[in-house]
Amino acid sequence: MSAKSSERAAFLALRICGYAVAAPILLILGLLIVKGAPALSAEFLLSAPRMGLKEGGIFPAIVGTVILVALAISVALPLGVACAVYLNEYAGDSRLTRLIRLSIVNLAGVPSVVFGLFGLGLFVLFLKFGVSILSGSLTLAFLILPVVITASEEALTSVPKSFREASLALGATKMQTILRVVLPNALPGMLTGAILGVSRAAGETAPILFTVAAFYLPRLPSSIFDQAMALPYHLYIVSTQVPGASETVKYGTALVLVSLAFGLNLVAIIARNRIRKQRKW
Amino acid sequence: MAKETAQNPVEISVRGLDLFYGRFQALKSVEIDILKNQVTALIGPSGCGKSTFLRSLNRMNDMIQGVRTEGVVEFEGRRILDPETDVAELRKRVGMVFQKPNPFPMSVYNNVAYGPRIHGSAGSKSDLDGIVEESLAAAALWGEVKDKLKQSALSLSGGQQQRLCIARLLAVRPDVLLMDEPCSALDPIATLKIEELMRDLKNQYTIVIVTHNMQQAARVSDRTAFFLNGELVEQGDTDMIFTRPKDKRTEDYITGRFG
Repeated sequence: MSAKSSERAAFLALRICGYAVAAPILLILGLLIVKGAPALSAEFLLSAPRMGLKEGGIFPAIVGTVILVALAISVALPLGVACAVYLNEYAGDSRLTRLIRLSIVNLAGVPSVVFGLFGLGLFVLFLKFGVSILSGSLTLAFLILPVVITASEEALTSVPKSFREASLALGATKMQTILRVVLPNALPGMLTGAILGVSRAAGETAPILFTVAAFYLPRLPSSIFDQAMALPYHLYIVSTQVPGASETVKYGTALVLVSLAFGLNLVAIIARNRIRKQRKW
Repeated sequence: MAKETAQNPVEISVRGLDLFYGRFQALKSVEIDILKNQVTALIGPSGCGKSTFLRSLNRMNDMIQGVRTEGVVEFEGRRILDPETDVAELRKRVGMVFQKPNPFPMSVYNNVAYGPRIHGSAGSKSDLDGIVEESLAAAALWGEVKDKLKQSALSLSGGQQQRLCIARLLAVRPDVLLMDEPCSALDPIATLKIEELMRDLKNQYTIVIVTHNMQQAARVSDRTAFFLNGELVEQGDTDMIFTRPKDKRTEDYITGRFG
């Protein structure tokens, strides 16, 4: 084989690899849109399931997921930002901080079902929160904590050292410098991380399986000690546990879930690009 | 200029200052008196320790891990290298302007108001307005930015940004201004403006400037100190240093034989 034709063959192989990566995501999306789009209607989005989950809408599941995710992020964001500020601004490079960083990396690699069991053990049983929104959202908060911390640390690192120096040289304390100069400039990056965390939390089934998810709840939850329905778990149920559930309900649920996650990712990407453009330093 | 030197009181006195980065000794028993209302220029080749010395006058070296200092730096009778020193309070009195203009990414007004706000030194909004205008005027910038106070400081030119940084510092009402090569990122015209400014400012402030530019040292300073390899080789009235240096190494440096 001549050098030219072998190069051509290699190029072709690389191109196929590139397409192969894009193919599954496009297939999934295509299938979901073709099969799920007919299900989308005001009734589907805004009413409760009927006929033993075989018919009707997914409103309680949407509400449940939104509540779970909102609570999870409102716990994970402050905790994660505080942790990142400690690591990046206060703690030097010591054995302790290396241990903390290592734990964060490992936390990101823990399978989500393990988080679910951890949540069951700690929140549901030990702290006696029961199978509840509180337990579920705390479990999700721990799941997304590594994402939030990593994004926050990156955002803090991207704030130039010269800003900190300028503030300190004016007689500001470290705390004033962090609150007035560092955090405002790191905030956009932190929010991007938060949104990525949200989209991850919205899609997970395992962590909520034992901690919050209700098979079927005819009403909306009334307190954080209530159980709740959630989109990923609902999808799992209608697909495997309910014989005779209509196809459109299954695909419609999947489409709503995927759109939610994609939509949030999209918001994060647009926000990040916008901030990059504004930034001049 | 040289005549009044003898009468000016000492603002900062440095005795036996040693500074180590890990095992490397960056300053070797430096002794110098910085005189009030004078411009003191620190000159010397890159890496000679002049910036390090400047940064030890307001403890900015604290930010670098592994720095150790010995000796005495006295400012207003207080030993500022002592661990008990309130560094925020010290830096309020001994402020710093950096090599690269570093305004905050906020409006011109908020940049200047930053110091008074964190120190709570303005009683009211009109007080604060007054401080901002006064500081910008003192930094010879008011005329150029008085209609742009709400614009981002990053929209100003490099020279304006550096004068804004000086105004931001003046708003804190310090006694000493430390300037670390404040003109090295600026064009000749902007440089000239900053130099004029320094001549005005020394009536109210004590100024210490690090510069690579010997003409600049000769133009703006009353006293000059020459550093080499962490040692303070020679110091004295600027006229003397540039016309009749006592040390051979000083002569070699100012005549451009090395560095």
